[in-house]
Amino acid sequence: MKKTVMTVDDSRTMRDMVSFTLRGAGYDVVEAADGQQAMSAIATRKVDLVITDLNMPVMDGLSLIRKLRAIPAHRTLPILMLTTEADDSKKAEGRAAGATGWIVKPFNPDKLVSVVQKVCG
Amino acid sequence: MPVDDLSRFKQTYFDESAELLAVAEAGLLRLAPGGVDMDEVNAIFRAVHSIKGGGGAFGFGELVAFAHEFETVMDGVRNADIPVTTGLVDTLIRANDVLAQMLSYAADGTEAPAGTTDDTVAALRRFLGKADPAPGAAAPPPEPAALLPDDEDDEAGIFGDALAAIQAARDDRPAAALPGAIPDGKVRWTIVFRPKAELLLSGNEPTYMLRALRRLGEAEIVCHLDRLPSLRDLDAELLHLSWTVTLLADAGVDRARIDDVFEFVADDCDIRISAEAPPPAVIPPAEAVSANAAPANLPEPAAPTAAPAAPPAATTSSPSGPPPGGAKPKANGNGGDHAGPTTHTIRVDLDKIDRLVNMVGEMVITQAMIAEHLRDLPPGQFQELREGLEGLAQHTRELRESVMSIRAQPVSSVFSRMPRLVRECAAATGKEVMLVTSGETTEVDKTVVENLVDPLTHMIRNSIDHGLEGPDERERIGKPRAGTVHLSAAHRSGRIVIEVTDDGRGINRAKVLSKAIEKGLVQPGASLSDEEIDHLIFLPGFSTADQVSNLSGRGVGMDVVRRNISSLGGRIGVYSAPGEGSRFVLSLPLTLAVLDGMVISVGEERFVLPLTNIVESLRPKPADLHGLVNKCDVMMARGEYVRLVHLHRLFGIPRAIDDATRGLVVLVETEDGSRLGLVVDEVLGQQQVVIKSLEANFRRLDGVAAATILGDGRVALILDVAGLREMSRHSGTTTTAPTTTSALPALQDQADQRQRQPV
Repeated sequence: MKKTVMTVDDSRTMRDMVSFTLRGAGYDVVEAADGQQAMSAIATRKVDLVITDLNMPVMDGLSLIRKLRAIPAHRTLPILMLTTEADDSKKAEGRAAGATGWIVKPFNPDKLVSVVQKVCG
Repeated sequence: MPVDDLSRFKQTYFDESAELLAVAEAGLLRLAPGGVDMDEVNAIFRAVHSIKGGGGAFGFGELVAFAHEFETVMDGVRNADIPVTTGLVDTLIRANDVLAQMLSYAADGTEAPAGTTDDTVAALRRFLGKADPAPGAAAPPPEPAALLPDDEDDEAGIFGDALAAIQAARDDRPAAALPGAIPDGKVRWTIVFRPKAELLLSGNEPTYMLRALRRLGEAEIVCHLDRLPSLRDLDAELLHLSWTVTLLADAGVDRARIDDVFEFVADDCDIRISAEAPPPAVIPPAEAVSANAAPANLPEPAAPTAAPAAPPAATTSSPSGPPPGGAKPKANGNGGDHAGPTTHTIRVDLDKIDRLVNMVGEMVITQAMIAEHLRDLPPGQFQELREGLEGLAQHTRELRESVMSIRAQPVSSVFSRMPRLVRECAAATGKEVMLVTSGETTEVDKTVVENLVDPLTHMIRNSIDHGLEGPDERERIGKPRAGTVHLSAAHRSGRIVIEVTDDGRGINRAKVLSKAIEKGLVQPGASLSDEEIDHLIFLPGFSTADQVSNLSGRGVGMDVVRRNISSLGGRIGVYSAPGEGSRFVLSLPLTLAVLDGMVISVGEERFVLPLTNIVESLRPKPADLHGLVNKCDVMMARGEYVRLVHLHRLFGIPRAIDDATRGLVVLVETEDGSRLGLVVDEVLGQQQVVIKSLEANFRRLDGVAAATILGDGRVALILDVAGLREMSRHSGTTTTAPTTTSALPALQDQADQRQRQPV
């Protein structure tokens, strides 16, 4: 069965690239432009992995992660944060919020696929 | 190659970056010392950040390096580490420009000339308050030095130097095994993986990690159940297992690849990895491994009963702990105002919309045709048909408005460019200028918006350069030092009215007049009203600046503005009060597809006059008419002489009324305010007409702006009043104009054809 990955990013370019790459690797992909959209989208369909940007308008990535983790059904949902800010404190923040892991931008498609496989098979 | 895969997204990236640059610029222009809006700062930061992020994916190294510098300073602003000063804003605006340049080089696929970013980078770095954090100007994203030591992460996508730096950091690790010593063959890795119990709650799944290890080579996995509690005590959300994996991998699989598998959990788990080189010439058999057959250089796997995974020393946080370092004051964009423009919109090719506009235009015509035919039916019959048609008319109107609104855009996209312009003009002239804008959300057709940029640019330059006084002069005459330029937009009776008002010195009429006389534009001794003098500035080749400044005084000023505006079906006027300022008023149609017109008849022909040109229509008395010998007929209307133009003479139309006292005179006004009386047979009524380009379907005709199709299927020409005046000037009293007579029969044919088409 195809797994569904949700990409949350305010950058259309990023969403397009994540979608294209993952669709090519056999995943279903849903897109959301900010945390709020992600929250409403995830309420209506099953998602196996969330890949979220951190810096977004309306609801940023960390808030999204915290909100998701607060929902019992998503306690063990893999959530990857997409960041260019490769510093420890960001990662620690993300982890404290409940992120599963991170992908550092820019990434190449192979890396993206391998990270996704690592957390959701 | 990955980069090829991604190249298809380049266009999206450049489009989006252009939007982001505009967002950043708008934000930067609003950024001022004191009262910094954090949402705004965040929006700018995000814009630069996104451009950098995408740029990295396409390998635009220099662009990314520069964006990084820009972003670093914005980050400082965001964290209130860098105070907002005018100097800072100037530098940031320049940085935004340079970023735009870098993007356009990247889009062209050319290298930016060496040193393009140097000055700006240096300027940016000065605000960081310390010496260059990362020397080497053009290095790809210089990840701040503090980021490097964390050797468990980020191996993936970082390009260039950063990758090398991380690799170097990794190589320094004493624990690193040395698989490189084996020339070929395999390396045997032993990995002991003891995740901590809460691992699952971060969304990590050990199964997938073990699978990832398997993808690296031949793996034998032993699962340890020693910590598994009895079923009664089992908490299903906690993890009680640990594993030992023996991996036989190619020499090419290095430590980093294995570390990578545990990238996200390294801090929270006890992971021991060791490598063993095989004895020369012996292929290590797979059965040689088991959990207890520890290779020589492997620290004995901790006894299965050992205390649960003491995290490595570096770990400072647990998933439930408070966010370390998260206490920085920042407003993480909750402001809707500057939210990305991507939400809830779709991008559609303009051609598609234009096709739609066209189809709706055809529908409006068809609907008008049906209505026309229905009018001939006997009253009291076909009631349902009539009602249905009313509904159709209503829906058609709504459809047309909806379709037009797709093409409509707020003028803010033009207005938002003006603060920048004002800033530059103010700097170039040494004047202090405050720009006030209002009505930015007023919507108008996209084409109109696009064509507004040049005229508005010119008018604002003109206001600052010619209108406003210098600060000292203003102070002397009791005005505030800073002049005000007010740019406003509003809808008024189906048109958009844009005003540029300044509180400067107003038009110097004496100077304008003498200049006009000097240039031969006005006869010496001619008496002109104030209004007429003001409008002289719209004449071609007129420029009052004593010295040609590098701003506006190139003498191609206001006449070009007027030409641009009138080509959009618009008009421009000026109102000026000496010492108090000037006001330029532009009035434009909301759309270039539909026009409010008055249908008139001349002989058998129908014409449409744009409503905006019409002053009034009247039937003159014989006493009002005067003939000027060999010149033209004039008429006295409201106390002034107006030249009469007989349309039937101009276009050679037979069987039309020649005597104005038996027909009607429609008084029209061109955008420069001069009046003309058109002699017509009859005024038939007001109607919205769909504009059809004559050039595209036939050819250009003098005195005709476009064509339309009336409800009865006839082609009617939309008259161009300014063009008519020119024609009448040249043709004088000649009864027919041979050059144009030939044109109309052809059109007549078209009209006939149209009529013959089944409705």
